[in-house]
Amino acid sequence: MEDDAPVIYGLEFQARALTPQTAETDAIRFLVGTQSLKYDNQIHIIDFDDENNIINKNVLLHQAGEIWHISASPADKGVLATCYNRTSDSKVLTCAAVWRMPKELESGSHESPDDSSSTAQTLELLCHLDNTAHGNMACVVWEPMGDGKKIISLADNHILLWDLQESSSQAVLASSASLEGKGQLRFTSGRWSPHHNCTQVATASDTTLRGWDTRSMSQIYCIENAHGQLVRDLDFNPNKQYYLASCGDDCKVKFWDTRNVTEPVKTLEEHSHWVWNVRYNHSHDQLVLTGSSDSRVILSNMVSISSEPFGHLVDDDDISDQEDHRSEEKSKEPLQDNVIATYEEHEDSVYAVDWSSADPWLFASLSYDGRLVINRVPRALKYHILL
Amino acid sequence: MAAAATAGSSPGSGPGDSPEGPEAEAPERRRKAHGMLKLYYGLSEGEGAGRPSGPDPLDPTDLNGAHFDPEVYLDKLRRECPLAQLMDSETDMVRQIRALDSDMQTLVYENYNKFISATDTIRKMKNDFRKMEDEMDRLATNMAVITDFSARISATLQDRHERITKLAGVHALLRKLQFLFELPSRLTKCVELGAYGQAVRYQGRAQAVLQQYQHLPSFRAIQDDCQVITARLAQQLRQRFREGGSGAPEQAECVELLLALGEPAEELCEEFLAHARGRLEEELRSLEAELGPSPPAPDVLEFTDHGGSGFVGGLCHVAAAYQELFAAQGPAGAEKLAAFAQELGSRYFALVERRLAQEQGGGDNSLLVRALDRFHRRLRAPGALLAAAGLADAATEIVERVARERLGHHLQGLRAAFLGCLTDVRQALAAPRMAGKEGPGLAELLANVASSILSHIKASLAAVHLFTAKEVSFSNKPYFRGEFCSQGVREGLIVGFVRSMCQTAQSFCDSPGEKGGATPPALLLLLSRLCLDYETATISYILTLTDEQFLVQDQSPVTPVSTLCAEARETARRLLTHYVKVQGLVISQMLRKSVETRDWLSTLEPRNVRAVMKRVVEDTTAIDVQVGLLYEEGVRKAQSSDSSKRTFSVYSSSRQQGRYAPSYTPSAPMDTNLLSNIQKLFSERIDVFSPVEFNKVSVLTGIIKISLKTLLECVRLRTFGRFGLQQVQVDCHFLQLYLWRFVADEELVHLLLDEVVASAALRCPDPVPMEPSVVEVICERG
Repeated sequence: MEDDAPVIYGLEFQARALTPQTAETDAIRFLVGTQSLKYDNQIHIIDFDDENNIINKNVLLHQAGEIWHISASPADKGVLATCYNRTSDSKVLTCAAVWRMPKELESGSHESPDDSSSTAQTLELLCHLDNTAHGNMACVVWEPMGDGKKIISLADNHILLWDLQESSSQAVLASSASLEGKGQLRFTSGRWSPHHNCTQVATASDTTLRGWDTRSMSQIYCIENAHGQLVRDLDFNPNKQYYLASCGDDCKVKFWDTRNVTEPVKTLEEHSHWVWNVRYNHSHDQLVLTGSSDSRVILSNMVSISSEPFGHLVDDDDISDQEDHRSEEKSKEPLQDNVIATYEEHEDSVYAVDWSSADPWLFASLSYDGRLVINRVPRALKYHILL
Repeated sequence: MAAAATAGSSPGSGPGDSPEGPEAEAPERRRKAHGMLKLYYGLSEGEGAGRPSGPDPLDPTDLNGAHFDPEVYLDKLRRECPLAQLMDSETDMVRQIRALDSDMQTLVYENYNKFISATDTIRKMKNDFRKMEDEMDRLATNMAVITDFSARISATLQDRHERITKLAGVHALLRKLQFLFELPSRLTKCVELGAYGQAVRYQGRAQAVLQQYQHLPSFRAIQDDCQVITARLAQQLRQRFREGGSGAPEQAECVELLLALGEPAEELCEEFLAHARGRLEEELRSLEAELGPSPPAPDVLEFTDHGGSGFVGGLCHVAAAYQELFAAQGPAGAEKLAAFAQELGSRYFALVERRLAQEQGGGDNSLLVRALDRFHRRLRAPGALLAAAGLADAATEIVERVARERLGHHLQGLRAAFLGCLTDVRQALAAPRMAGKEGPGLAELLANVASSILSHIKASLAAVHLFTAKEVSFSNKPYFRGEFCSQGVREGLIVGFVRSMCQTAQSFCDSPGEKGGATPPALLLLLSRLCLDYETATISYILTLTDEQFLVQDQSPVTPVSTLCAEARETARRLLTHYVKVQGLVISQMLRKSVETRDWLSTLEPRNVRAVMKRVVEDTTAIDVQVGLLYEEGVRKAQSSDSSKRTFSVYSSSRQQGRYAPSYTPSAPMDTNLLSNIQKLFSERIDVFSPVEFNKVSVLTGIIKISLKTLLECVRLRTFGRFGLQQVQVDCHFLQLYLWRFVADEELVHLLLDEVVASAALRCPDPVPMEPSVVEVICERG
């Protein structure tokens, strides 16, 4: 089975921010934010036509500053949040804002790609997440499965929960908590758990992972020294409520059961430099994607700690071919954790990887030099998981 | 006869012309005569030594032959000989005949005399015989008279002789009866005197008679008396037996007597064993007392000696006596003895094991081995005696167990020694720095550690070697010949130690803290070198030494040297990699802090290289020195003669741009991307945490790669003002000036530093690079 070649798209600027358009479940669409200090920054809306293997892009101007983080609303295709640097005099401040893209771009326009840059449209600012009192915004996360009204932002050592009101035009700080301790504590990353009725958020700061309850804004658990060095990113297992993955500067990816904070469930050490990003596949949680500054993207198969440790379980309603499945299952049972593939299309550090929200077998990775690569899970594995 | 005579004399006269005298001729003649006789009697002369080719005896022409035919002879003469010779033979013949005649005459004379004297003798004999006949007749009559007399006397003595015989019989009977009647008193006396043996003999003699005649009242009385006395005797014997103070041989005698008295053997052997048990238990108790909770500690040798002479000796005596006394008991008896020996033996073993267990901690192997040897040797005697009890096997088992434990103990000791060495090294590494010395003598430390471990290993080997010494009684047991050597010493002790050493060393690599604080990096380096040395030489040396000393004969599979070496090498590699990571991390942290904590936007124009960069170079130099103490230089790529003069491509190109256009970046934003992309096209991908090789350059390259990559990533996260960029420029130039010399491929340093500066330029809204000449001046001043 031959796999499709990766599709590569080049941006003109350096870029770190990548997100799938979360609310879109039909078309494969990614949003990429650029970093440039001298030119107007852009948000590229990248449509991938799976059948023809063609990329269509639309460019939106993001004049507020260079984009460090981007996230799309899970409820409204047109709404997204960015963290961006605003340079004024000799000060750099990272702010966050919620934006709305022009209506016609929400579902991807079919505008021809050649004259896109000349007719770049601008984002419409919905609201600022006022951080004057809290410091630099590290990231903004939306409440998963929610109605797009709640977001959490991490600013230096504060964790802030916002309510978006009046069709998102106003952001009200609902509650907040802050990290106290010696030294300059700063959140580097955070994720909102899709489990427990979306009441939990996990954050990374320095070498520590912390879990928070969004109702009381208090700490639930704390994994001290989760990594030997800075923790760069984390992600929740979408199917197993206590499992999360983290990655960091010690080149390792660790999998945790938050009920046991002393030992990781599993540790991967495949990268040869800092791991910046880790993402679980949204439907098949054995597929874990990591991006690293050794310019590699690695797709791993963590069957043993996934929700399907013995392969795909037979549903009750296809009894007819149960016999078939049984025999197959037996052969599948001793599945091993392994690296599925290492993708080396990038030539610079990869700072962001993510799965498509529409197609569970497709993912994108973004390296600093502005190269976006769209890849698929190898077909053989895909059928192995599905059948 | 006549023929013989003529034949006998003829040669004597025949060779008259022979020059030899008659004396010399004599044996010749005799032989000839013999020959004749033999011929006559049909014996072949065969091997006549002196005359190998005698004349054919059947030759009819032979004058002396038996088949001489005168006609043929004459014929022959006449036919063959000329006249002269015929004449000669004739005269010769005449002469010979004449000589024969005279011989004949002398013979006749001689024999005549002899005949005369013989006739005289015969006449005299005739007279004598006549006299003797008269004497013989007289003797015959006398004898007849004597016979007559004798018959008469016998007849008269006949009835008296019968009476005497009867009387003698009565006398014997009476003496027996008297013995019987006296028996009770004798027995009593014997018992009083303590001559039990005598008493038992008397009793034995009388028993049967008394038994036979017990229907007679008088005998009955005697028997009753005897029985009473015997019972008393038996009781006394038992008493004595029970008192048991008089030692095993006397007891054995008692038992023997009791048996002779017809006491039931089974009961006796029970009792005998019970007594023996008592005595042996006494021994065991005294041994146990020696063990004691707080022993006055007689050494283990003394202990086994006591045990050997006291208990085992006692057991031997008991067994020997038992077998002698109760041999009639058959297999049941033997079983009883075996069970007895087994039970006591196991208790003895338990004690010995307790004692040996106390010895486990001790260091003196030779004493232990000697003690074990004695123990084992002593037990072989009763082992042969009591094969069924399996004492010898059990003893061998104990010895084996002790040997195994001993091996374990030594392994433990080696591990402890290794850990001790590590602690020493840690202290040594910590100490000199306080004293302000620059380089802790890593090479010396390494040599110390290596030699001390090696000497420990050798000491252990020598200690366990005692177990297989020729003169030790158990050394030829199959366990000690095979398994002990191969599985125990080679695998368990040596291979086990090397493995555990590797493991201990590796455990420093995955210490959970990972911040490297716990393990001093120098220790990692030292361990890595140690493992590498083990890989290259020490392991094969130790194993060869072991194989030589222990002549491993066992066929069971052993770990090959290569496997062990591979393990050691892997350990060395991991340690070195970890060292690189730790040192890289230290420098990385310094660089990261320096980038993260500075406000790059509002920094002043650079006047100096930042202190942290100097610190980085200093630390790198220190690491270089440290690694250089233990590892070889390694290979570098050929380098240009004045690398230090090289300027960064990025700002050299930007400088050129600067000449044509006032701003750093031209209008097309692609340019910088293009620049770095083209650069990357021509350079290999840099694996930052890649495995290192065992040389200094590789180690340093690894550390510098990690540090510079960190610098790059950190720079990309910041935003720089114009002077911030210039400061980075200065810093990078400074690093390049000093770092290139440490790495294998200086291009690598250039590439990474170029990328740092390029990234900083990208992160700068107002990128005005500093003049390279100024940069150089600043760096040289710094």
